[in-house]
Amino acid sequence: MQHDDVIWDIIGNTQFCSFKVKTKSQNFCRNEYNITGLCNRSSCPLANSQYATIREEKGQCFLYMKVIERAAFPARMWEKVKLSKNYEKALEQIDENLIYWPRFIRHKCKQRFTKITQYLIRMRKLVLKRQRKLVPLSRKVETRERRKEEKALIAAQLDNAIEKELLERLKQGTYGDIYNFPVHAFDRALEQQDQESESEEEEEEEEDDEKDVGQREFVAEEEVEESDLSDFEDMNKLRTSSDEEEQDESSEEEDEEEMEVQTKASRSKGKSPANGSAARKKRAYVEIEYEQETEPASKSRAT
Amino acid sequence: AKPDRDGCSAVEEKKMVKSELAVAFPPTFSVSEIKNKQRRHFMFMKLKQEKRKQKMQLRKKRRKEREALGDKAPPKEVPKTIENQRVYDETTVDPEDEEIAFDEGTDEFSAYFNGLTNPKVLITTSDRPRGRTVRFCEQLATVIPNAHVYYRRGLALKRIIPQCVARNFTYLMVINEDRQVPNGMVLCHLPNGPTAHFKVSSVRLRKEMKRRGKNPTEHYPEVILNNFTTRLGHTIGRLFAALFPQEPHFVGRQVATFHNQRDFIFFRFHRYIFKNEKKVGIQELGPRFTLKLRSLQKGTFDSKYGEYEWVMKRHEMEACRRKFQL
Repeated sequence: MQHDDVIWDIIGNTQFCSFKVKTKSQNFCRNEYNITGLCNRSSCPLANSQYATIREEKGQCFLYMKVIERAAFPARMWEKVKLSKNYEKALEQIDENLIYWPRFIRHKCKQRFTKITQYLIRMRKLVLKRQRKLVPLSRKVETRERRKEEKALIAAQLDNAIEKELLERLKQGTYGDIYNFPVHAFDRALEQQDQESESEEEEEEEEDDEKDVGQREFVAEEEVEESDLSDFEDMNKLRTSSDEEEQDESSEEEDEEEMEVQTKASRSKGKSPANGSAARKKRAYVEIEYEQETEPASKSRAT
Repeated sequence: AKPDRDGCSAVEEKKMVKSELAVAFPPTFSVSEIKNKQRRHFMFMKLKQEKRKQKMQLRKKRRKEREALGDKAPPKEVPKTIENQRVYDETTVDPEDEEIAFDEGTDEFSAYFNGLTNPKVLITTSDRPRGRTVRFCEQLATVIPNAHVYYRRGLALKRIIPQCVARNFTYLMVINEDRQVPNGMVLCHLPNGPTAHFKVSSVRLRKEMKRRGKNPTEHYPEVILNNFTTRLGHTIGRLFAALFPQEPHFVGRQVATFHNQRDFIFFRFHRYIFKNEKKVGIQELGPRFTLKLRSLQKGTFDSKYGEYEWVMKRHEMEACRRKFQL
């Protein structure tokens, strides 16, 4: 005999129900025929001999009904009715099948049917949109690649490569006349016409020798103090040794250079160590006055 | 105390034993056959010391010979590096190859290299980008002249492409994001050009860089492409070159570098200054990242029906350590 109350007493409250899932605030029912999904006296398919649900299979919705007359025949217990794809017609079908049934079950069936149709619509829409494809990463491969990248970075020596390339371009003259490096110009002239350039150099050297006979002593002391010739000094010497016409330009450039050196010192560049730039800065302040006097001497030394 | 004593005595014993052993054992003896760990370890150490001694002797001898010969000594041997030992790739481009010159005269980049089109780049991301990716895109847009960042509102790439073409864009760059970090880039040359898919790694934004300079100016940067030797590398190199306008502003003194090393393409953006004709100083501005080519597809982006010119097949291509593709 089918005693719903007794069944509910046993599985609902006191003893065990294998479909029940307990959480802190709620009890859920995992039975696939449950209409609301909660574990309640009115929603339990085992504790109600007259029960109905909506279930969907592959996009098709069905109405399942169970009555007490068939409680003895488990194989035939659930009556399955296919619902129409049209939403309103399906609701009418539910109404006509569940006529005279308790209000609760009719209402919940319609609610469940609505929710199911909504999620089916969303599924169909999502398939049309762009789908994100997840590509699994293999940890071994990823670590291997990362290590290879590190090694490649070390082998690349990027800074050197970039500097070399830029100097190459300067030599080949892609920059045109933007940078005036007179010594460089002499080199180029040398390559093209040997004799003329050599004679020019000789003349210049003679002039320089005549000029700085008295002033060499200054230069020697300074040179000894500094371990390397600083680039800043070189820059100045080269610039100011250019033609008289260009001396204005060169002085402007000198100023720019000084400014740049100072800014560089304040934010030390990657290439020059902080101490070196600070030292250069100090020297810059000290030596500006001497610079113009002694430039020919050091220039001769360079050539 | 006891184990120490035993150990020491054992060591002494072993020394005596070893001198006997050195004579007695057959030449096929290997250290790994000793079952006792302590003894095995000891023998192995001995072996290593022997080898090291021999190596030092050899080195000394060679150095003496070199000094003795002086100028006539044979040149120092070049150490082997992966770059030296690289398996010769048959698709390496000869600078004078006519066929390749002809190909490049008529390929999809010829319009750019003949000065007919100016690059115009559209930068976008995958859906719902996070802060890091957005900032990366913005910084890329400052580095590449004539670049525009647009927010991707879930649009399909295949729909974006005709619109871009209609508005005269030459490049579409899509930065893919995973776990709040950019990890992929799709670079699509627009009228009907090749599409390259890269893996992006080691992204460093501007504020994470040490000793960086001020923000890049609007001047067109120069481009340096290093080490793109094979035919595939050439194509990729031209792909990068066509991102930037043909006439760089030398006044701006900015240079963008794409350096290929062992199939990793390192991107750097620097400002340079020539201190004299032998020395140049560079200061890094701008973001830096590394790329690794994953696939090159003819035609614009079409992952399903596109015709792939080159796809990274890890098992074939990464099997040999000295074989590289670019």
